[in-house]
Amino acid sequence: MYVAVKGGEVAIQNSHALLAELRRGDPALPELSAAQIHAQLRLAVDRVMSEGSLYDPELAALALKQAAGDVVEAIFLLRAYRTTLPRFGYSVPIETTRMRLWRRISATFKDLPGGQILGPTYDYTQRLLDFALLAGTPVPPAPRAPAATTAGLCPGVLDLLDREGLIEPQPLSAADPEPIDLTREPMRFPAPRAARLQNLARADEGFLLALAYSSQRGYAHTHPFAGEVRFGSVEVEVIPEELGFPVSIGDVALTECQMINQFAGSARQPPQFTRGYGLAFGHSERKAMAMSLVDRALRAPELGEAIESPAQMEEFVLSHSDNLEASGFVQHLKLPHYVDFQSELELVRRMRAADTVQQSES
Amino acid sequence: MLQDDGIAAVLTAPSRQTWMRLLSRAPLQMLEAYLADLAGAQPRWLRRPESGLVMVQGRIGGNGERFNLGEVTVTRCALRTDPERVRCEHVGVAYVLGRSARHAELAATADALLQDPLSRARLPTDLLTRIAEGLAERQAAQDEKARATRVEFFTAARESVGEPTEPPPS
Repeated sequence: MYVAVKGGEVAIQNSHALLAELRRGDPALPELSAAQIHAQLRLAVDRVMSEGSLYDPELAALALKQAAGDVVEAIFLLRAYRTTLPRFGYSVPIETTRMRLWRRISATFKDLPGGQILGPTYDYTQRLLDFALLAGTPVPPAPRAPAATTAGLCPGVLDLLDREGLIEPQPLSAADPEPIDLTREPMRFPAPRAARLQNLARADEGFLLALAYSSQRGYAHTHPFAGEVRFGSVEVEVIPEELGFPVSIGDVALTECQMINQFAGSARQPPQFTRGYGLAFGHSERKAMAMSLVDRALRAPELGEAIESPAQMEEFVLSHSDNLEASGFVQHLKLPHYVDFQSELELVRRMRAADTVQQSES
Repeated sequence: MLQDDGIAAVLTAPSRQTWMRLLSRAPLQMLEAYLADLAGAQPRWLRRPESGLVMVQGRIGGNGERFNLGEVTVTRCALRTDPERVRCEHVGVAYVLGRSARHAELAATADALLQDPLSRARLPTDLLTRIAEGLAERQAAQDEKARATRVEFFTAARESVGEPTEPPPS
């Protein structure tokens, strides 16, 4: 419990001014623009959009600038801003099979229709610091290769396994139920997979990464293979209330991961592969991959697996995945707890005093 | 989805969905250059430009049940064209990604004008073609740069394949 404190207005104002000055840094250097952040720190922008759960690169870049590069603070700013906007409705479900690809790889099939497209990746860099960037050397344009008009569009890798019946079918009921929306309703346990995925899509990347890693090291048995990772742009369609037909209103960048996992089978099902799914705004490969592993681990009850590890415990995972909530609760400890602490202090003193009396009496 | 519409199809008989898709992706400067004069100083608003959120839905595994992924900013508006100015009266609607009220306004103006053959004639004939060409260029650049990174992985086969790796037991 904390009790309201008064005063400190001037100090707080001055703190704001100091914060602004330090954010700006050396005035002899040119100021960074949101457009520059958007263009040149695209992966930071993508992370802020992904965990801020709001796709707007300009706002995410602005948030990063305002937060002096603190990603979690920038996510907070973006989440706060979104609460000021009205909700127009829901999109038509996006079709990731129609993604215009920048990148698409599979670790399970060497030759696949559409090919392996490395795209812009750090995977094959040597992680040596590039001192040329200190000097600001101009970057030559990337090479091009002739592509068919539909080169960007290709079906998913898992369809190959699906056709042979070697992977669990994707359940799709004819009713196509409206999924729960965690921005409108609280999380309830046990949570349907759609609710878990919404939670994971906005979850902290570091938290998901650690859980995913734990599942690989033996805390939950996911036996994963990266069936497919793709990054590119997807059209967003809405059905405006005044028109009644779908209209494509723009493109968003997305990263999708289809994880393939071993499954020994059960009384009802023959041995087959199972699926874990990850989808995130922007170029967020680590996030999408970690998400797909955690998604699969959380499916333990559905697949009749024993729940023994943190990554499988949905209440543990989903209640602690949000970095805004986590950061808020951890950092609220900085707020004045003077009265609270005084009472604790008083209590400890009284206990010690009682102890001393007891000892002297015995 | 209309992703594969060729430019030729746009030229001949564009559907309303086709032009709305193109207008949502047009660079603002291009819309200004083509439409600023026709937009008029005081549009008759049915719905003033407003920015809000649309929750993007995905499907589990790409093709399963729906789930809510996250929101996007969208700006929308609806207006009625001024018959004095453009000799027709139609309702133009725009929904565009992002927060540009001006983009929505110009897109809605074009949407209204494109609905009537008479007023369509007042639009620069190459507006949609120019937008479609610009979009096609951007997409081709992406496709071609991605294509240049297409890789053929070879499974490294041992040179000794087919030969005994150890001397036969004597």
